[in-house]
Amino acid sequence: MMEHVPLDFPFIAAALLMGVSLYIIIFKKNLIKLIMGVAMLAAGVNLFLVALGYRAGGGAPIYTGVIKETMVMPVPQALTLTSIVINVAVLALMLTLVIRIYRHTGSLDSEKSRKLKG
Amino acid sequence: MKRQVAGLILLLVLVAFLVLGMYLVHPFGYPDASEMDDYMIENSQEETGSNNVVAAVLFDYRGLDTLGEATILFTAVTGVLLLLRLSKRKENNS
Amino acid sequence: MLSKIVRTVANGFIPFIMIFGLYIIAHGHLTPGGGFQGGAVVVSGVVMLLVAFSSQELKKSIRERVLSIMESSGALIFIILAFIGIGTVFFYNLLVGTPIFGNVPAFGPNLGDIWTGGVIPLMNFAVGLKVIAGLSAVVLALALFSGGEEVEE
Repeated sequence: MMEHVPLDFPFIAAALLMGVSLYIIIFKKNLIKLIMGVAMLAAGVNLFLVALGYRAGGGAPIYTGVIKETMVMPVPQALTLTSIVINVAVLALMLTLVIRIYRHTGSLDSEKSRKLKG
Repeated sequence: MKRQVAGLILLLVLVAFLVLGMYLVHPFGYPDASEMDDYMIENSQEETGSNNVVAAVLFDYRGLDTLGEATILFTAVTGVLLLLRLSKRKENNS
Repeated sequence: MLSKIVRTVANGFIPFIMIFGLYIIAHGHLTPGGGFQGGAVVVSGVVMLLVAFSSQELKKSIRERVLSIMESSGALIFIILAFIGIGTVFFYNLLVGTPIFGNVPAFGPNLGDIWTGGVIPLMNFAVGLKVIAGLSAVVLALALFSGGEEVEE
């Protein structure tokens, strides 16, 4: 199991992005910083998905024009497209909720909006 | 103080999972099992008739995922337009 | 509302941005792109107009009923196109071989023929319409909510 040393750069970058965003989500209190952490987590997952389907020396999986001999795998790219659109929709909903919370309580601290009254 | 310690333990457990995942994944550029993708690259021009294999996968071979994604987009737009209404007492024109 | 130079340049750029976005949507089965990507390009043009003119000005030109009808019709056309091949399976590509959109390209690299693809270009148009109407309604609602209340008080 330990024959190949895991020093491939795209996987290290995706793991670094996911690790930093997990630190932000656990330890920060400002609401806008929490939303930025969630967006960074989405970016790390999309990068990991696209990097899974790479073949060495391959080109884009499109038949128009001049192509290389081998093509990369097309299914992870289709899944990444769906994931990006879903992340945009969820981020829009989160931002409107933050706008309503700010109008109602007057501060962007997540500690001050824990009581369920009013 | 106790919350900081619990948060630190949780972060260490999740980062350990990430590092373990990097050992178990295949080397970059040589995927293991790719029979489904080879079939789609070979037969997408005579079955669907399009030059773009990614568009054929998105709309023909896996069209149900695109239908679910269109539903999510519709629901999110409805939710946003529902939450952002001006209150009736303050606006003069309707 | 920004100065006159910004407004004139935005008015000059907006046809090129819309044509580029529609080009990406229409050639979704030949080049990289498709419905979602082309819709995002057109929405970024609408955001440029929203920054150059204020949101109160744009509210007079874009009506809410038009956006609602566009989005609903995009979703309905997508579902109807999924149901026309119900004889075999749910998402069956029925138009390959028929003279509507149904030439079959030869195997291997070739220059693209636009009348290929079966039911895929029609689905690209439906999804592009849905994304344009939905995201521009969201952007307009956010701008009106944040900036409109100061004018009324």
